[in-house]
Amino acid sequence: MGTEATFRIWRGDPAGGVLQDYTTQVEEGMVVLDAVHHIQAQQAPDLAVRWNCKAGKCGSCSAEINGVPRLMCMTRLSNLNLNAPVIIEPMHTFPSIRDLVTDVSWNFRAKKTIKPFKPRPADAPDGTWRIQQADVERVQEFRKCIECFLCQDVCHVLREHRKHDEFIGPRLLVYTAALEMHPLDTEDRISDLRHVHNAGYCNITTCCRQVCPESITITENAIIPLKERVVDRYFDPMKRLFHIL
Amino acid sequence: MPEFQRFSYDVLVIGAGGAGLRAAIEASAHGARVGVVCKSVLGKAHTVMAEGGIAAALSNVDDRDSWRVHFSDTMRGGQYLNNWRMAELHAKEAPECVRELEAWGALFDRTPDGRILQRNFGGHRYPRLAHVGDRTGLEMIRTLQDHGIHTGMEVHMECTVLRLLLDEGRIAGACGFDRAKGRFYLWEAKAVVLATGGTGRVYKVTSNSGENTGDGLALAYSAGAELLDMEFVQFHPTGMVWPISVRGILVTEGVRGEGGVLRNSEGRRFMFDDIPDLYKEQTADNEEEGWRYTQGDKSARRPPELLTRDHVARCIRREVKAGRGSPHGGVYLDIAWIKKRLPKAEEHIKRKLPSMYHQFKQLADLDITKEPMEVGPTTHYMMGGVRVDGDSQMSTVPGLFAAGEAAAGLHGANRLGGNSLSDLLVFGRRAGRYAADFASSHAAAKIDEGELQAAAAASLAVFDRGPAGENPYQVQYDLQEAMQDLVGIVRMENEMQHALDELGKLRQRAERAGVAGNREYNNGWQTAIDAGNLLLVAEAITRAALLRQESRGAQFREDFPAKDAEWGKYNIIISRGADGGMRVEKRAITPLPSELKAVIEEMK
Repeated sequence: MGTEATFRIWRGDPAGGVLQDYTTQVEEGMVVLDAVHHIQAQQAPDLAVRWNCKAGKCGSCSAEINGVPRLMCMTRLSNLNLNAPVIIEPMHTFPSIRDLVTDVSWNFRAKKTIKPFKPRPADAPDGTWRIQQADVERVQEFRKCIECFLCQDVCHVLREHRKHDEFIGPRLLVYTAALEMHPLDTEDRISDLRHVHNAGYCNITTCCRQVCPESITITENAIIPLKERVVDRYFDPMKRLFHIL
Repeated sequence: MPEFQRFSYDVLVIGAGGAGLRAAIEASAHGARVGVVCKSVLGKAHTVMAEGGIAAALSNVDDRDSWRVHFSDTMRGGQYLNNWRMAELHAKEAPECVRELEAWGALFDRTPDGRILQRNFGGHRYPRLAHVGDRTGLEMIRTLQDHGIHTGMEVHMECTVLRLLLDEGRIAGACGFDRAKGRFYLWEAKAVVLATGGTGRVYKVTSNSGENTGDGLALAYSAGAELLDMEFVQFHPTGMVWPISVRGILVTEGVRGEGGVLRNSEGRRFMFDDIPDLYKEQTADNEEEGWRYTQGDKSARRPPELLTRDHVARCIRREVKAGRGSPHGGVYLDIAWIKKRLPKAEEHIKRKLPSMYHQFKQLADLDITKEPMEVGPTTHYMMGGVRVDGDSQMSTVPGLFAAGEAAAGLHGANRLGGNSLSDLLVFGRRAGRYAADFASSHAAAKIDEGELQAAAAASLAVFDRGPAGENPYQVQYDLQEAMQDLVGIVRMENEMQHALDELGKLRQRAERAGVAGNREYNNGWQTAIDAGNLLLVAEAITRAALLRQESRGAQFREDFPAKDAEWGKYNIIISRGADGGMRVEKRAITPLPSELKAVIEEMK
């Protein structure tokens, strides 16, 4: 590389905005966030961008790059077509603050509505538990989540249908799954999943799983098992039959 | 005159990483009304980056371990400059803090009998680090966050603190603004806990997140608190060196803990060539023994790759300087070689080091199960910080507490890996408890409205200068460049004098900084404020490093390459002098009580 590339960045605020072109020098190994930083330092000092670790671990720099929800810090320029402008937009599912920054606070409010961890009594007299590694590994995948909210961004229940008040979205279903499958947890969240958090709204299109930067198998490993638990409790025909009898 | 949104708390916690969240939870548990101000979005603090684990003498893997061994390891690592009371409390309370985390939902890797598994790490005599693969920090911050949000704390995300407010010498609160809208905030509080983390962004090559600009240290200093041990900046031996844009990103010590070895361009394991006397007895003298150690053989001694970080970092620098480095100016870290020893090594590496596998695959197109990595030193941790009382974590300003990386004392001249996560828990908890106590025994302080307005006005001056002023991003880059070149791993008097001149010029430029646009989510405005904090921290590092004319722990002076027993009796204290300039002084260390001295003797 060592050439120039053009980045078409959305500039605006809640009232509206436009895509603006910036051309900057790019080098081998660069990621999109590097280019955004160059532009910010040299051409657009008030360009709003949220970032922190720049190593794919904090989940701050979520954006839509050429229409695909991704972390800017983990998207290498060498994987993009630089012959055309690289389009960088903020996440669409959340309200705009400015430029590439969106208001993700809804996720934090929604999380609070999920019943917290409630462990079983300790297994040993010293107040500790005995857990098998296999049981730890079962939920490890869900606990890798960096809360970048890209899965929320791509979920059509939120993105198109704006059901933020009724549906908690893939991230928080993964969170619920992590709690439900936690080897020590004793809380019951199945009723909430059906009536409050509406797990049934998800029609398993797997869009969320496809954009997860941590490669969490969101749909198959988290959401479907939760749906099964709901169905098991409320819609099992055999159980109904027993109830009638 | 700018309007202020006003909030009132018993305890205000500034920072929401491990220490801040732990402090907030504890203060709430003690009945305090708690406000938390964080620079980033909740759960994004630099704690997420911690990989290796939490050091705590649980003795689950090796029953020879105890607080006494952990205490002596920490003191040895810190070259005996540590606040021994903190080292003692830390070693004694860390196990309880880890168990507490588990009770709140953290899931650690397990031993075959179902207890918390512990791993080996540099400088720790026995396997001591409770961990979850290589993402322990994420597990910790998420556990604290998810537990904390149900304990009543009020969180102000993405806010910048401009100033700590005082009432006749005692803390009264803080003021700042929210990034999204640029509205000014006043947070009145009877007690304030600083948990703002580190200062890694003073340097160009760093493993630290963007927000680690030493804000808490600058705030405390400006409020009249003393800073301690500022010369001790830890350079982690293994950061990524290529591609350039990811230079500095951490490669966990866990790679070496799992059997990874360091080689130079000639293929030599150069770490065997230079083993310091202090560690000779504990270090393997052949490759076979080192390998057995990493595989859990209790009779084996650790490989030299697991010596303290300062030493490993300097050895790497030496190899590179001598022309035996890798193509991009590092050395080779090889974990792939273990396939000669282990069946299914590839899966083993992916399971034990998943984030590392992912990181190299994605950012460098490199498969660590097949090829060696290129690594080199990266700025990692600030041992120095706000000087606090060992028990209460209160600074020299009444009502102002500090915990975690922002506080100093526990680690002395060098921190052992794993001791930082335990530090956050042990002293976050203590700071929270003592801050709540302080708040309940003191009436509300008075707010100086003039001070508030002055703070707001000063922060807005950059907009008056506008784009015609100095570019704050450029000031920050130039500062990082200067510190990297002049006050880095190897230090010299003349270079550091030069650094002070450069810092003076940079300060003048920072004072002329101008920002375009308006107050809403303006990264330029934020950068200008960060630059002021960075400059202050950089000066403190440089002045302390100049005064300490010896090499010890993380400080290496080329002009004073030996350790000097006399200097071992002193810490360096930084404070604001009566004339407004920075005061640097040496202060005698309180001698160890005889019972702790006996513990150290016994463990030698």
